Amino acid sequence: MIFTLKIWRQKNAADKGGLVTYKVEDISADSSFFEMLDILNQQLIAQGVDPVAFDHDCREGICGTCSLYINGRPHGPLKGVTTCQLHMRSFRNGETIFVEPWRCGAFPVIKDLIVDRSAFDKIIQSGGYVSVNSGGIPDANTIPVPKPDSDAAFDAAACIGCGACVASCPNASAMLFVSSKVSHLALLPQGRVEAERRVQKMVSTMDSLGFGNCSNTYACEAECPKEISVVNIARMNREYLAAKIFAEKEKQISFSL
Amino acid sequence: MINLNAGAPKVPLAEQWASYKAGCKLVNPNNKRKLDIIVVGTGLAGASAAATLGQLGYNVKAFCYQDTPRRAHSIAAQGGINAAKNYQNDGDNVYRLFYDTIKGGDYRARESNVYRLASISPEIIDLCVAQGVPFAREYGGLLANRSFGGTQVSRTFYARGQTGQQLLIGAYSALSRQIAEGNVKLYNRRDILDVVLVDGRARGVIARNLVTGEIERHSAHAVVIASGGYGNVFYLSTNAMGSNVTPAWSAYKKGALFANPCFTQIHPTCIPVHGEFQSKLTLMSESLRNDGRIWVPLDKEDAEKLRQKKIRPEDIPESKRDYYLERRYPAFGNLVPRDVASRAAKERCDAGYGVGTTGLAVYLDFGDAIRRLGQEAIAARYGNLFQMYEQIVADNPYKTPMMIYPAVHYTMGGLWVDYELMTTVPGLYAIGECNFSDHGANRLGASALMQGLADGYFVLPYTISGYLSGEIHTPPISTSLPEFDEAVRNVSDRLSRLKNNKGTESVDYFHRKLGKIMWEYCGMSRNEAGLKKAIGLIDDLKKEFEANVRVPGGLKEYNPELEKAWRVQDFIELGDLMVRDALQRRESCGGHFREESQTPDHEAMRNDDEFAFVGAWQFKGSGSEPELHREELHFETVAPSQRSYK
Amino acid sequence: MDSSSRTRLSSITSKVIMALAGLFLVMFLLVHLGINLLLLANDGGQSFTAAAGFMATNQVIKIFEVVLFGGLLVHMFIGVAVSFRNRASRPVRYQHKSMSETSPLSRYMFHSGIIVFIFLVLHFIDFYFVKLGLVAPPAGVERHDFYRRSILLFSDKGYSAVYLVSFIFLGFHLNHAVQAAFQTIGMNHNKYIGTIKVASILYAIIVASGFMVIPFWFILFR
Repeated sequence: MIFTLKIWRQKNAADKGGLVTYKVEDISADSSFFEMLDILNQQLIAQGVDPVAFDHDCREGICGTCSLYINGRPHGPLKGVTTCQLHMRSFRNGETIFVEPWRCGAFPVIKDLIVDRSAFDKIIQSGGYVSVNSGGIPDANTIPVPKPDSDAAFDAAACIGCGACVASCPNASAMLFVSSKVSHLALLPQGRVEAERRVQKMVSTMDSLGFGNCSNTYACEAECPKEISVVNIARMNREYLAAKIFAEKEKQISFSL
Repeated sequence: MINLNAGAPKVPLAEQWASYKAGCKLVNPNNKRKLDIIVVGTGLAGASAAATLGQLGYNVKAFCYQDTPRRAHSIAAQGGINAAKNYQNDGDNVYRLFYDTIKGGDYRARESNVYRLASISPEIIDLCVAQGVPFAREYGGLLANRSFGGTQVSRTFYARGQTGQQLLIGAYSALSRQIAEGNVKLYNRRDILDVVLVDGRARGVIARNLVTGEIERHSAHAVVIASGGYGNVFYLSTNAMGSNVTPAWSAYKKGALFANPCFTQIHPTCIPVHGEFQSKLTLMSESLRNDGRIWVPLDKEDAEKLRQKKIRPEDIPESKRDYYLERRYPAFGNLVPRDVASRAAKERCDAGYGVGTTGLAVYLDFGDAIRRLGQEAIAARYGNLFQMYEQIVADNPYKTPMMIYPAVHYTMGGLWVDYELMTTVPGLYAIGECNFSDHGANRLGASALMQGLADGYFVLPYTISGYLSGEIHTPPISTSLPEFDEAVRNVSDRLSRLKNNKGTESVDYFHRKLGKIMWEYCGMSRNEAGLKKAIGLIDDLKKEFEANVRVPGGLKEYNPELEKAWRVQDFIELGDLMVRDALQRRESCGGHFREESQTPDHEAMRNDDEFAFVGAWQFKGSGSEPELHREELHFETVAPSQRSYK
Repeated sequence: MDSSSRTRLSSITSKVIMALAGLFLVMFLLVHLGINLLLLANDGGQSFTAAAGFMATNQVIKIFEVVLFGGLLVHMFIGVAVSFRNRASRPVRYQHKSMSETSPLSRYMFHSGIIVFIFLVLHFIDFYFVKLGLVAPPAGVERHDFYRRSILLFSDKGYSAVYLVSFIFLGFHLNHAVQAAFQTIGMNHNKYIGTIKVASILYAIIVASGFMVIPFWFILFR
């Protein structure tokens, strides 16, 4: 197969960047999208041109590293897959393919198609965990969890943190990402204990990082490679409101020995 | 000859860990704050270690090459994690898990480490559940289990087909909590290019900031390597594209011994290679073999027609199919261990019965199971795997048999460590897949996750305190010591050489070539002539790489080709060591099959008299041959026996 | 956290306030529609005038009027503020237009909101400001006589066209708004989300078409 590629090239964060057109030929329909880019890069190296930088690692759809905005959609035209699981048979022979990085003020471009998503780490660091130490833990079966709750928690926990939700959202909102973590832990008794604190901290961190607000377009749900539901956003809104209204005020207790 | 002594307490096996913990030295909380620890890698082992060490109050610096710790390749583990919980009341206990692991490893693992691993396993599950890992549950609200290859009990805990992901997110969140509390500082997008020794002790690392290209010095009182396996030496493997041996390899070059490098696990059920530009192999869970039947055509003509796509596998009648695993191993059939199933597939394909366009594939057929149980039942069990297969291959496995072929999946070998997980370099530790300690010559399914987390959450935090208790008077290590200067100079020189080389071939060209050599001569079956030939080929490749590699881009910028070049150069050197190790081990055991050492009916044959040892290699300088040291293995609790699956 | 972000409403709080204000407006629209449909009664505007008079004089309604204007202003103000913030969160836009599937017209809430706002301004000039005496009524119409005023306006084809277009956009706005408001206040659940969606669509159709029937009625039957 033959393709015309219009790829965003940007030398570094300070560079302005722009689309550059490339042609690739003789591509097998069974090649993955990244293998097609590998071939392009081999051509560029042979020509002495700097190859296209893109993020990728596991190439089996689970690590969440890959992050290409292809023809106006994060992870390309297929539903429920990451870029690395996309194959060239999903494109027409001769098609022109636009490849861009995720766009969001909180995800600055590092080079070409690579963006910095450490904003997501900051959100998790602000509360996306259960505060337990590794000693003195009771037997796992002392905490029964209703299966439906456990299953719903898993559905939310399936998030791979790729950022497609932010990339697809017309407002570059991170609500689906944040709500999946809030939901995952709020649905489990282990996470319930600090649920009120968690949701407030995570939302406040999300706001401070410059993500947009949710306007319920649900593009995130449509583009999420793990098909995480916007029901989680509603749950987070609920959790947040309840926490704002009912949570006990935290006290700063000072003590001396 | 270095005397390799694991140093496990000299008490009965079952009491060793308790005895060690009772006697190990601790560090006072005030002093912990003054001690720095570097952890390289943030997979299950690295993230859990960094989180726990941070929680204890040490100053931890965690490094990963990914953009965030949550992406480490532990995330791709599908099946599950073993633990001797006996929740099913089916006769499981610590001893049985220990025994299964030793036997599964074909008696090439150290009893003391494996017993400790088995005894810690229940605690891992408790901690992970407390962290919010959503393991599968029964309707009663308690945890579910499933059985896995090589065992007679159901002891595997799982989270759908994404157990590794959920466990890693658990460890990542624990790590995130420590980062937020200021106990751990995270350095993402960093390659660790050298380990720095001061007065013979590990005191720091040299990192390259992958975004800016800056060479950074980081010092600490101890260094922990948790950089994972080296399966990418084969170019095509189920490892992530970035998985590399570099941190472990720099430790080796600084004096840490590298043990059993030739022990690699080749997983039998992967999606076959489709073409020259393939970059990566995808694993299909081992559980598929519970219902799928493996076959190739009985006639070579049929195989040829299948390769040319003149006929379809459905066209071949039952009488013309060779269910070779059922034929050769009537007792275990399609459920023989990974190494046996892989070799049998290779044997058929080499004999000319392989299918697929390349001839390197066999069928995994669900026709019988679908007729017996109905398509719905099969979809419920394997739906997501079938979908994944169809996505990649564009073939419907409900209608036409799947094609599979073995692929490199896990490496049992790694840095030699003692009972405390310390390498032969004082203050340098290795945990998780990058050490050699627990899986012998073959790893059982669902054991890798267990080992990574055991090392990180429960073993290293104790054992490292013994070493650090002797370091409380050592002030923070200065990064302007001459040892750091020299390491930076070496790293910068090597980077410049790579960058300035006026070659014509890309890094991938060499990597692919290395992979072919390794797969051909040091893959599923090995023999003396081939291995000797491989040494020469790898040496040629090494020279060709040095003369002819071409690395575009600059040093002080984001440059993926430069990263790859460094990694591949290390892989080439490692390949040489693997081949030497395979050559010296003139026996077949686990994943290591020497054609010279087989039973009359072509099964692997161990040689316990001569080879019941860990082969640990010492670097003797480039240009010199490495030296082999032996740690003799003593089996006091389990008597080695020949495995048989007939 | 710095003091500026402490004083600012969080993303969720502002959305919830906007949703609650919106839901209040949604209820008001039904009342307004009910009264307007009285225009169709063939009684020379008697019942319509009575209802309008009640709305204009009742003390309780007067209080609600203040709440209503407050709600409207809050809804608009937050809506505009959030839209600006949302635009700022993506300083560099994509080159290729978005092909993502989204909830119908949800991307154009701001635009449809603006059109509804423009209509509201006209509406205020025509009725509310007249009532308050800020704007002089057209010749021959008493300032509290909304019935004659309405008939006069609907006899103007141009006004009717603007009116119809505005209500089409209001319908689109409402179609998304009602279900989105429930989502925002946390009421989305697999069990009843279907019902909310259907109710939202029905509501939008009823309100939009209910208002749109009136000019047609005047054109066809008067």
